[in-house]
Amino acid sequence: MTIGVMESNGIPVVLGWLGTATSLAGRVSPREKDIRLSATPGNVSLPESGLIDRIVAGEQELFYSLVQPYERAVYGAAYAILRNEADAEDAAQEAVVKAFQHLKSFRREAKFSTWLIQIAINEARMKLRKNRPHLYESVDEGKQTSDGEYIPKDWADWREIPSEQLNRKQLREAIQKAIDSLSTIYREVFVLRDVQKLSITETAQSLGITEASVKTRLLRARLQMRDALAPGLDGGWSFGDGHWKKVRPW
Amino acid sequence: MADHTKELAINCLHVAQEISNYLEGEIDDELRRRMEAHFSGCAHCTAILDGTNNVLRLVGDGEIFELPAGFSARLKARLAKVMHTV
Repeated sequence: MTIGVMESNGIPVVLGWLGTATSLAGRVSPREKDIRLSATPGNVSLPESGLIDRIVAGEQELFYSLVQPYERAVYGAAYAILRNEADAEDAAQEAVVKAFQHLKSFRREAKFSTWLIQIAINEARMKLRKNRPHLYESVDEGKQTSDGEYIPKDWADWREIPSEQLNRKQLREAIQKAIDSLSTIYREVFVLRDVQKLSITETAQSLGITEASVKTRLLRARLQMRDALAPGLDGGWSFGDGHWKKVRPW
Repeated sequence: MADHTKELAINCLHVAQEISNYLEGEIDDELRRRMEAHFSGCAHCTAILDGTNNVLRLVGDGEIFELPAGFSARLKARLAKVMHTV
């Protein structure tokens, strides 16, 4: 599905989107059922919609309650592009302020969170172009000619099943380093889809690209992440003694 | 009974190209069966599948990007200032 996004002062206007979320429920393989994501409805939930009505009607003080559940998602989206805490916070906060100032223009064809993340992505991209143009990578779809051609490394075997009971700090740093190593177009889809758990449709909508592009970029991103984190020349991660630990193949 | 093994065979490159869609549940039943038959006989592709699965589990708890300390307080303060000027 092609999704048109028209920007005006950093505020995205979604055109022609029917609000149908891509659901993974019922279509995942038995192997993945326990790990994959459950989809959420495409449109604004009733309580959220009611909250927006009240804010637009004048109860501005309720706005933080509206955005608070998405603080981490907005920050994460900005960080995925800027890879710098201070810049990501600036962009995320500017996005929230713009969302507040333009809430009346929110059409409710998509989820509020998707709209908010779109604004954060626009802010982050503008900030990247302004501050570090040498790092800006175009997201024009015509330039991703090598999509889908990634060949996974063959020396990395990684059969251990991750546990939810992780000693997170060192592992989180390794994951962030791996995410940072991705090119921007791959990092964006990976963060939105696999970290923030947006649906394929929402990810496409947030980035202004097609669902097909999301899927091809996801393939590359996931395989690169796997190669970056699996045991190999630089070692990998294994679960043992109640926590994850660095392991080396030799 | 005819042996359909060859016509159902799928090579490692094709599996690698579809592995993300497989994880998404975005492939048809026939391709799924062919991929699963391939996984059952290919340790290399099974390792890629398991590793990619592990990545999704590791990053999927939503805690990779921790908010900077004081983020929420600063956001509230900024919003209050903006609301005050509206």
